[in-house]
Amino acid sequence: MDLGALFGSFDNFLSFTIGGLVFGAIYALIALGYTMVYGVLQLINFAHSEVFMFGTFAVAWVFVALHGTSSAQWSLGRSVPILLVALVAAMCTSALVALLLERVAYRPLIKKNAPKLIALISAIGASFALSEAMGLRDKFAKFFGLDHKLANYVSPGKARDVYSNPVSIQPHHLFNIGHYSVTDVDLTIIVAAIVMMVALDQLVLRTRLGRGIRAVAQDPEAAALMGVNGTRVVQLTFLIGGLMAGAAATLYMVKIGTTKQDAGFILGVKAFTAAVMGGIGNLRGALLGGLVLGVMESWGAAVFGDQWRDVVAFVLLVLILLVRPSGLLGEALGKARA
Amino acid sequence: MTTPSLMVPPTRRSPLQGLGLWWDDRVDRYNAQPIFLKAIWVFLALVLVYALPLLRPPGITTNQIDFGGVMFDCASFALVALGLNIVIGYAGLLDLGYVGFYATGAYVTGVLTSYHWHWPYFFSLPVAIVVTMITGVILGAPTLRVRGDYLAIVTLGFGEIIQKVVNNTGWLGASGGIKDIAHPPTIGTRPTPPFHQGGAFAIPHLQWDGLIPSLDHEHVTHFLVFGALDAIPYYWLIVTILILVFLGDRLIKASRVGRAWEATREDEDAAELMGVNTFKYKLLAFALGAAIGGLSGSLYASGQGGYINPQAFLLIYSMLYVAAVIVGGSGNRWGAILGGVIVAYLPDRFRSLGDYRYFIFGLALMVLSIWRPQGLLPPRRARRARAAAVEIDALEDGDEETAVADV
Repeated sequence: MDLGALFGSFDNFLSFTIGGLVFGAIYALIALGYTMVYGVLQLINFAHSEVFMFGTFAVAWVFVALHGTSSAQWSLGRSVPILLVALVAAMCTSALVALLLERVAYRPLIKKNAPKLIALISAIGASFALSEAMGLRDKFAKFFGLDHKLANYVSPGKARDVYSNPVSIQPHHLFNIGHYSVTDVDLTIIVAAIVMMVALDQLVLRTRLGRGIRAVAQDPEAAALMGVNGTRVVQLTFLIGGLMAGAAATLYMVKIGTTKQDAGFILGVKAFTAAVMGGIGNLRGALLGGLVLGVMESWGAAVFGDQWRDVVAFVLLVLILLVRPSGLLGEALGKARA
Repeated sequence: MTTPSLMVPPTRRSPLQGLGLWWDDRVDRYNAQPIFLKAIWVFLALVLVYALPLLRPPGITTNQIDFGGVMFDCASFALVALGLNIVIGYAGLLDLGYVGFYATGAYVTGVLTSYHWHWPYFFSLPVAIVVTMITGVILGAPTLRVRGDYLAIVTLGFGEIIQKVVNNTGWLGASGGIKDIAHPPTIGTRPTPPFHQGGAFAIPHLQWDGLIPSLDHEHVTHFLVFGALDAIPYYWLIVTILILVFLGDRLIKASRVGRAWEATREDEDAAELMGVNTFKYKLLAFALGAAIGGLSGSLYASGQGGYINPQAFLLIYSMLYVAAVIVGGSGNRWGAILGGVIVAYLPDRFRSLGDYRYFIFGLALMVLSIWRPQGLLPPRRARRARAAAVEIDALEDGDEETAVADV
């Protein structure tokens, strides 16, 4: 244990905190997909990690398509035009995958009024299939005779390896807090995530669509009697979760720059943890849980060493649930203030 | 009443429903037979189960990898599923970190028989079971007060913590793992390879030319050598333990404890009001499940390779265990065994599909759950409950004829 690493200097402390906030913001955005679906359907949307993973690939593909495969190091400002296209592409891709997931893996079970647990198994199966589909994309392309044409996208023979964005985005110094230099990349990620979450929160609280979502979360039958289309609301929930996962994927690619067919798994588990920590079914809880989780695991990694990062995250989760058994904010989506 | 009630389940049969009906029919016929016939059937079934890796029936034998090893994996998964079935199926607690108990059992055996001490295997087995059980109680006591899906994430966290701790702790072999774990003791002469394979006698395998069997004296199993060459003795050991656990499971399910679990699962508040100490029984289910997980982990550690490392205890295995229980039919011990065998067997059987096999496996999980949401072999109670529900609905509709006809 090395408390000095974290608390020895204010600069270190800041750097770990801000590093944690960056990841926390990404966790929070992914966590929305878990928390919204849970709020409406009381299902653990286990395959949401793959929704995110498809988004990260969409970002890398957009860069390959618009920039080419030569590796480059750009500043954030220079990559903004392509990045915006990538953001739209990632959000669309993730949303499509999320809708497909809802249609194929969940709706047949919801219609049959099946036990909740079997939906989890269906989701685990879907998660396997989606992740493997990405790992087999070269074989699928070959099946259609496209593997040479699309070689840059499907990386024949290497579909299971790490796939990188050719453009690596270099962070630039913006301003100092103490001696710690805050970069544009970090600031963009945190601000973008928070803005999106606030926007979504307002959407759910203030619009007609949001009222529909809350109504179904509270009492599906009563909502149906009041003229809310339950299936539409469920679709909308998956759509929103997918859009946010796509945004998270873009931010993740800005920060990390590489992805893999199984990149979503551990992030998904962390995001789900964040959702539960904040109080599953609660949008503000997802934000709080994500940020707390990100910061605490960053501090934990500093104190105990990086290999203990995940252990810190889960011990924290267990401790929080013991003290507050329904999460930090602990309100369900349906019970949120109207 | 011309409009169909909304509550009556759709009558369209899903493609897999036949399996459940067929199974019910078998069970009914078996139960109707006199005791000595039952004994003969059980004896024949047991002989078949034990002899399966020797018979190597065409069609189900895996040709790419050692069939004995695959059978061991299947039996091992079935044992784990049987243990998890107590937690999920009987007590209704969703445990997403079951692999943590499996790992605990494996590592207790690894540390006691190889890494720090050199105990004989069968001394380490009870210690592994007890330590895992205590782990289960330590984890369960605070977390079982958390209800429902929160329990799922806490257990998931626990499984992940165990895996990471093992991976980072030098005392437990870290990422390199533990090798040379003690095997169960050999019966008969000890093998002294390459001259003498040991054992009391050798059993030849069968080989099939199309549908014509012949004895294969090239490949023999030595009775009873627990070595690195042959997985079949390990299979026999784990099947024996599986049967013992199965019998124990039957007894406990039919006892007061089993009924308390059922009551707790169906309605915790009602059970509490009827005087069932739900917390105590949930903790008991958790501890028993953990003990069986530790037992199978310990058997795995001392298996053919005698080697464990943290990669064998990834989170995804917890998911597969849960999938095995649910797909098989949560709450039915036969279902759990079937599910365990399916989940372990499918990826190995379809190894010829190469990289596609996990893709297909994922799709298969989805299809299975959508076609058969109650699991392949749902427990009897569920069927009775469903019949009762249909009856109640029919009575509510004032259609007494249907009510009587459906019972």
